[in-house]
Parts: sequence; C-alpha cells; structure tokens
Amino acid sequence: MPMNSTESFAPKIVAFCCNWCSYAGADLAGSSRLAYPADVKIIKVPCSCRVNPMFILRAFEKGADGVIICGCHPGDCHYSTGNYYARRRMTLLFSMLEYIGIEKDRVRVEWVSAAEAVKFSETMNSFVLQIKNLGENVRLGDLRCKS
Amino acid sequence: MQRIGVFVCHCGSNIAATVDVKRVALAMLSENGVVFADDYQYMCSESGQLKIAQAVKEHNLTGLVICSCSPRMHEATFRKAAEKAGINPYMVEIANIREQCSWIHKDIEQATQKAIILARAAVAKVNLNSPLIAGKSPVKKRALVIGGGIAGIQTALDIADAGFEVDIVEKTPSIGGKMSQLDKTFPTLDCSACILTPKMVDCAAHEKITIFTYSEVENVSGFVGNFTVDIKKKARYVDSAKCTGCGLCQEKCPSKKALSEFNCGLSNRSAIYTPFAQAVPNVPVIDPLQCIKLKTGKCGLCEKVCAANAIDYTQKDEIITREYGAIVVATGFDVINLDNYDEYAYSQSKDVITSLELERIMNAAGPTKGHLERMSDGKAPKNIVFVQCVGSRCADNKGKSYCSKICCMYTAKHAMLIRDKYPDVNVSVFYIDVRTPGKNFDEFYRRAVEEYGVNYIKGQVGKVTPEPDGSLTVHGVDLIDGRQVKISADMVVLAAAIEPNASVRQLATQLTASIDTNNFLTEAHPKLRPVESPTAGVFLSGVCQGPKDIPETVSQAGAAAAKVIGLLAKNELTTNPCTAHSDELLCNGCSACANVCPYGAISYQDKEVNDHGIRETRRIAMVNTALCQGCGACTVTCPSGAMDLNGFSNKQIIAEVDAICR
Amino acid sequence: MQELKNRIKQLMEENVAQRALGWKKGEFGYDAQAAFFESTDELDDFVYNGFCGANLSKYMIEACKKEGRTIICLKPCDTYSFNQLLKEHRIQREKAYIIGVGCKGTLDISKIKANGIEGIVDIEGADMFSSENLLKIKTVYGDHELAYSDALLERCNCCKGKEHMIFDEIIGESADTVSADRFEQIEKIEQLTSIEKFEFFRNELSKCIRCNACRNACPACNCRKCVFDSDKFDSAQKANSDSFEEKMFHIIRAFHVAGRCTDCGECSRVCPQNIPLHLFNRKFIKDINMLYGDFSAGSNCEENCPLTSYSFDDAEPGKI
Repeated sequence: MPMNSTESFAPKIVAFCCNWCSYAGADLAGSSRLAYPADVKIIKVPCSCRVNPMFILRAFEKGADGVIICGCHPGDCHYSTGNYYARRRMTLLFSMLEYIGIEKDRVRVEWVSAAEAVKFSETMNSFVLQIKNLGENVRLGDLRCKS
Repeated sequence: MQRIGVFVCHCGSNIAATVDVKRVALAMLSENGVVFADDYQYMCSESGQLKIAQAVKEHNLTGLVICSCSPRMHEATFRKAAEKAGINPYMVEIANIREQCSWIHKDIEQATQKAIILARAAVAKVNLNSPLIAGKSPVKKRALVIGGGIAGIQTALDIADAGFEVDIVEKTPSIGGKMSQLDKTFPTLDCSACILTPKMVDCAAHEKITIFTYSEVENVSGFVGNFTVDIKKKARYVDSAKCTGCGLCQEKCPSKKALSEFNCGLSNRSAIYTPFAQAVPNVPVIDPLQCIKLKTGKCGLCEKVCAANAIDYTQKDEIITREYGAIVVATGFDVINLDNYDEYAYSQSKDVITSLELERIMNAAGPTKGHLERMSDGKAPKNIVFVQCVGSRCADNKGKSYCSKICCMYTAKHAMLIRDKYPDVNVSVFYIDVRTPGKNFDEFYRRAVEEYGVNYIKGQVGKVTPEPDGSLTVHGVDLIDGRQVKISADMVVLAAAIEPNASVRQLATQLTASIDTNNFLTEAHPKLRPVESPTAGVFLSGVCQGPKDIPETVSQAGAAAAKVIGLLAKNELTTNPCTAHSDELLCNGCSACANVCPYGAISYQDKEVNDHGIRETRRIAMVNTALCQGCGACTVTCPSGAMDLNGFSNKQIIAEVDAICR
Repeated sequence: MQELKNRIKQLMEENVAQRALGWKKGEFGYDAQAAFFESTDELDDFVYNGFCGANLSKYMIEACKKEGRTIICLKPCDTYSFNQLLKEHRIQREKAYIIGVGCKGTLDISKIKANGIEGIVDIEGADMFSSENLLKIKTVYGDHELAYSDALLERCNCCKGKEHMIFDEIIGESADTVSADRFEQIEKIEQLTSIEKFEFFRNELSKCIRCNACRNACPACNCRKCVFDSDKFDSAQKANSDSFEEKMFHIIRAFHVAGRCTDCGECSRVCPQNIPLHLFNRKFIKDINMLYGDFSAGSNCEENCPLTSYSFDDAEPGKI
C-alpha cells in the first residue's frame, strides 16, 4: 500500500473492551490524555468471553477494516476464567480467517489491565497503523462474492 | 418503538472544547427512535438531572442516551436520575465522549464525528434495551475470616464487636500468625507477644467468634451475602473438648526430631505439639509424619499419659460446611525462598540467617532463650552485618520487583536492640535506600545511627564467603565513598523479601478474586476501595493485599471489618439484573454453557415446553440469576443462541457494531 | 448383508427393539437412503452396501422421541457422532440398540461418474461384507469395471479407524482403507499465499446455493433451531434481505461445530455442489490437536470439548 493512500485512508476499527480491565484502561488513557486515532470505536462488553465470533464477522461484513478485542490479562479476569475461553475461541477463529485468506493482521487480541493506559494507547496506535498499511478490507466483506 | 432522549454533556469545557456538542445533539435527532436531543453544561449536576426529568415528562421518553464521561464515572448517577424520572434505570446507555473522545483527540471535526458515531451506537443499543428489574437476595449474617494472624484477629474482633458472628479459619494449629513469632515491635520496642496475646485470648473468649485452627478452606460457592464454604478441619488426633492443655504429652513424646515451624526450623519440637506456649487454642496436634504411633502403630505414649483421655489416633479430616455473607482474606505472607541468593551463603552457613530467624534467636522463648548466639557454634557474635533488600526491589526476575516495606524498620530495630544489649558488638547495615515514612519511624532510624552507633553503609553486598575459621567475609560496596568494602563478620542477617502466602493462588481461584503478578490480591480500586476485592463480598486484610507493617495491617483490618459490618447490616442485597437467560424453545440442553460457567449458575431441568404446538419434555438450561455474574461466557458457547445476556444481548451488540460500521 | 438383516429382524421379533434405523435401497443401485423400519415387513427394502454413506446418528434424535427402543446401524466412524450426541444430551443411550456394522469404506458415486461412466443401471460388488474389490457397473451403454478402493469417498481414504466407539453388538468385519494423510490437504492450503487461499475458498464457496444440505446432514448441527433460522442474532432473513448469513454461513457453521465435529465428512458428501466443506472443520481439528493436544470428538463421552476448557498457558490468538 503506497504511503500517500495510508495518509487519507480512515479505517473503521471496532474495539471490544471488557468492562473491568480494558475499558478502564481506555478510561485511564483518556484521563491521562494519551491520544490514539479517532478511527477506533469502543464497544463495552462485560468480559472478553462475551465476544461472539459472529460479532467480529458481522463487523467485517458491515465494512470494518479491523477488529480488536481487549480483555484482562490471563489470570486476572474479573470472572476468573472468561479470558481463557476467549483466548481459545479467538485463537481458532483467527487461524481460520488466515486459512481462508483473510489478512490475520486485521484482527488482534490484546490483554490490557485497568492500569495500562499507556499500553492501551500504544496498542490502538499500532493497530490503526497496521490496518492503514493493509488498506481497506475488501475480502471479508463478502467471501462468497455473489451479489 | 422507543422514544429516546439524547443528552449531550459539555462537561464544562472538558467535552465542549473539542466536541461540537450542538452538532452531536442535532445529528441524533435523525436517528431511529430519537424524539428529543439537547446539550447541557453539566448533565450530572442537579439541574442537568432535572433537565432529564423534564424531558422525560414532556416527550414521554422511554429510553435515554447520555453522551458524557465514562459510564464507570456516572452511569449509576444517570440510572438513578432515570428512575426518579420514572424510567427503568436499565433504559439508559452512556456514550463515552469524554475519556474516549474529547480527551484524546485535538481536531474538533474528527472528535465531533467520532462523538456522533459513539452516540449513534448508544442510540442503536437503547432501541433494543428492555426494562430490567434488579432482584433481591438475602444476606447471611455471618463473616468468614481466612487467616488468623494479626490481620485476621483484628478483623474478626471488630466484626464480632459489632454483633455479628465471625469464623476464623487458620491453617496452622494456633492463631497468632507471623506477629507471634516477633520479639519486639518497632518503633516503640514493646514486646510483640505482650500486645498480641491479649487479642488472641479475646478472640477465643468472644462469644461471636468461632476459631477453626488447623483448618483450611476447601471450597467456596455462592456470591455476596450468600457464600457457602467447605472448611476442612485437619485431623488433630487430639480431642479439643477434652484436652486441658497440660502439656504432659509433649514432654513425654519420644519423637522430638521435627523442626519447629514456629522457631523457623532453628529448634526441634515433638511429634505432638503446640507451636508455642501461648497458642490459642492451647490444644496440641499430632504431626502424622512424625508420630511413631501413626506411622508404625507402636508407641502410644501420649495416649497413656493423657489424664483427660483426649488423644484419639482414629480422628479423620472432617469437612464442615458453613454459610457466610462476607469473606475476608487475611492470609498474610511468607519470607521468600533464598535459593536464588546463594551468593549470600544462606544454604552454606548456619550463621547466615534471615531477619525472622533473628527474631526467634532474640526472643526469650526462642531456640537460644534470647541469647544472641551463632547457630553454628553457640558463640556470641562480635561483628554482625545486615543485608537489606534481599530479593526486594529487584530489577531482574530473580527476586521481587516491589519494596517489602517493613525491612528498613525492623533492621533498624534489630541493630538498635543488639547494640543496646551487647554494646561491644559491631553492627553494620548494607542498604540501597533507607525508607522510613511513618509516624516516629525516621526518628527511630536516626536513633539507631546517632545514639546506638550502627554503621550504615549505602551499597549492596556482592558476596558472603564462609571462611575456614568459621567467620564470614562480606564483600560489599560503599557507594558514598565509592570503594569496595570487605567486612569480617561472624553473623550475617538477610532482610529477605516477603511474599504472599503460597495458599493465596488457589484461594483466589476459589473466591474468583483476582491477584496481581506478584500474587498479591487485587483491590477493587487501588485508592478508593483498597480493602475490597473486585469480587463482591470478598474483602482484604493485611499483607495479602500488599506489604504492610503492624499498624497498617491493623488499620486495614479495621477498615475491612467496617466494610463487612456495612454489608452484614443489610437484610437484603440488590442483585445485578444483567444476567444470562436461556430461551427454552432454542435450548438444546447440551451442557456446553454449564461447562464454561465459573459460578455454577447453570443447571438443567426436564421441562415441558410448547414449541409452536408441539408439547414435549426437554432438557433445558436454567440460570440461577442470584449466582450469575453476567460475564457472558455461556452466550458464546451456546451454538443455537438460546443463551443471551441481559444488558448485553446479541442483538444489542450487533446493533452497536452495525451503528459503528455504518 | 443378509446376516445383518436377519439379526435386525430377530431383534424386532424378540421385541428387543420396536424399530430399526438403517438404509433403504433407492431407485438406482447407488442411492441408498437413511430410513426407519417400523415393522419386519418393511425390512425387505433394507440394504447395507458401499453406498450407505449416510451417518444415521443424527436420526437418533428423532428416534428418541418415539416409543420404545430403536436398533441403529452404525459404521465405525458413525459411532463418534453417536457418542458426541450422547455427550450433548441430545439422545438417550437406553433408547438405542446399537449394531456396529463392519465397513470397508463408502463409495463416492461422483468418483465413479468421473470415470466417464454414464447411464448407470446397476452396480454389483458394492456389498460391504464381501472381500471382493471389484465394482461391476452396468450401464445402458454397456458394462464397466472399477476397483472398489478407487471409488471411495475422500473421508474413507483418511479413515479415523475401524473400531466402534460404542455398540451393543458388532456384525461384519471392517477393512483398512487409509491411503492418505488426513491433514495433507489442509497443509497444502496453508502453504498458499493469502491471495491464493482467498481465491480458492471464494471459488469454492461461490458455488454454494444455500440449500442447507450440509447443515441438515451434519450430526453436530443438531440445534433445535439454527441461529440462522432464529431472530437471535439478526442473522436470519426472509429472502436474504440481510446478507450476513449468506456471506458468513460456512465460517460460522464451522466455528459452531468446532471441538464437536467428528470429521464424519457428511457435509462434503451431501453437498450437491461438491464444495469440500470438510476443509473448514478439519482445519479446526488440526489446530485443536496442535494447540490443545490430540482430541477426537466423540471418542468418548467424558472428555471436555477443547472450546469449553482451557489451560493457563494456551497459545495467544494470532501468534501461532
């Protein structure tokens, strides 16, 4: 992707953040004024284990260019085990996406604690850059390419 | 069809300086379901809330979207405001346009666009919200305190004094904890036992307190107000009801080779033992690994000499189940294992000891009856070197990254006490920094230096070498003089780091309480809720939450007790209505959801259903809403989508996704 | 086959079971279908040969709603699906009398036709219990011969094993049919570039006509109501007004059966468009085996599904 087009391309990025760690981390990033691009829109979920693969696929189908899921660090889940299940689900889903030829860099899971405002902001900055480098998502919009 | 009102908060200039709030409000008017939109300076203020109430009345609103600060800040405020205005509190959604927008973006156009999208997502969600009604659950008016050290003792006493029943579960044979092992306490130098023993006795005598020593928490189920805990009472082989505590059994026991845990392994104890003379309860236990009778079937001497017939070799571990409204964790600490610090020759020389071992040596009831002696040859040491920060404040993974907090003070105490009692002994202390914040702490340290002539050397010790003549050569560096120092000592005392008791990991899992990377229990908020765990109904007392000295531990213990009392004083609790529920027509009864539920909230029932005219009995998942905490793990596991979560339903989240990607 | 038929008849006559679940001969010699046999008279149409590919496990859900007990014929690989259904409480063990039937591999009619054989009237030599490896194919244009082993379904070339995981009795012997590595195809696809992969799957999936045959045949797809048929996710549609289902159906279906799929291969077998749908499921199986230890859904009823369990040191998403 040539550089000049990454400049003008504003990707659509959906971030699922768990209520207890990552959403709080995002809040702290906000109150610490740690900027990250406005392309990122956060959806609050109680736990990373609430993120259904269907939500991710739905986002892509509706035109998202990247989806990131943030949860408590393994071992720190508010519900004690939720992120362990999320980790397996997402590992398999991401592997499947790569297998069918969807750039795996369009999806990411990151564990961000309530204290890790810097990590949150850095994660979002690097993810947006990553998506900008990939450019617009055309492949997962319609795998069957019918219409 | 909802009638939604959108309220955009300026938050003074916090939002309004970066987000064009009027444009956000205007944009929302064209969103599905929105019948009213307005902006205001401070939505959370009384007049802001009044605005909400007025709009609800005038426009017959059924749902609200507040575009403001984080829901973690004011969601509760706006839910209450909605309720006052006559709307179900769960018909409110917050678009976080401050933390997630105005505070992190500078460009007004960009921030406004983003605020509009965030608000749009909240509107899309509210369109699918349905009123939720919080349930009530009763509160069992009894507390469990896990750990019988000074933290647990103080918490239990404070709760009991408020009139509530308290159980203490302590895994060793006696309550008292680490404090009972200490000789003197800083900064007043009063004897530890003198101030602790009365509290132990108070505990035992208190009519509201039940002490389970030599017991462990086996299983925890339930939730705030309604915990059910299985406590394993390990076989004591002594009938507590009959034992008079005469001590004859311990005297006569022929197996005396076990290392005394209480004396840090510096002396021996019998197979039947009470850890120390002031133990509460004063009832011995038989160590099954040491007892000749239990190992070989021969002996039985203690049984013969016991006039009270209290010995019972047939006793078995016993599980008792009790119900509690609140649980306090007070599991305390241990000194770290020093295997990683072989340079200090701890494993090579008996005269390299930890500070806790020194406490026992200095104690009149200790292995040397309070005489300062070398453990190798019983000689009086003439040169003692203290090494600070052994395993604390480590930059590498060898030790702990944190400061153990108590070492500077107790080392000053040790140095001072030694110089006071044995003025001819030279005492040197190697330190990185001396940290003495605390009432009368720095004065205490200065006395050690100024009045007692303790030789403080800023610098670290690189190596301790045991010499053939029995002395120890301490190789260190003096950072202030910038030179290598070599001190010939005959005793080296290591201020070893403290770490949470190893049992806490498993306990945290049982309680679904979180722990940090150092195994300290996490508080609900590091500043504002320091004695509560994020798990409702679980409270933290003492070092299990972070390194603390005695006064701090006692104050935290009192604070935890106050929180528990506040909880137990209630007759019922309002439960979170954002729980999972299963659609009986879609449920396959496959059990996948129950497998992932961390709370055991899902069970199955054979239920007769009417599926579009077909009546049949089906195996159907049922959620116990009192147990469900609303994580949503089950909803994703369920292939048919029968399981859904109130407040975060599949449709609601999909609506948000769609609104963001539109 | 006669032995099997006689035994079923006997069991029904002795009232051990009230009906049988087996295969019934079709119009041609190669289109046997799953069928309930409610009386011994109906057994005249019973057949068991290489064209009885249908995995009957899923029909047990229906059978469990009927009075009494049902004899069910299960090939070795079908027993995995049966176990999986038991584990998910979708069927009851006591409602079934399981005859584990020997299997020497099931036949793929499209493979036969691919040899240029048209106008088939009858096929001889498809019997499961004969050791003959020759298919004699009568067509309106004359006779053809083909080795039985050359006409096997792909799934039989990488057969899971010839042992029945659950049964009440076994009739007939099974023969080894393995001639390929189960994950070979998956590995080949994994080697492709991202664009090649995408083009491969796009090409395959664009053939899909959403007939739902895969879903209907799949024993793991046993939901009372599929998410794509309910309004729970906003994913169902009338006349495809929303394209989400259209676009994501196969990925979501594969994910829903991940950790539960026994790799029975019914999805690919029944697909009228010959889409190799098992490539999705088998990819999940391969990943699960690699990441979480060897797991074979339905090999027993106790083991927890890899997606409803975890370990502390699992791989991180996207980092494998």
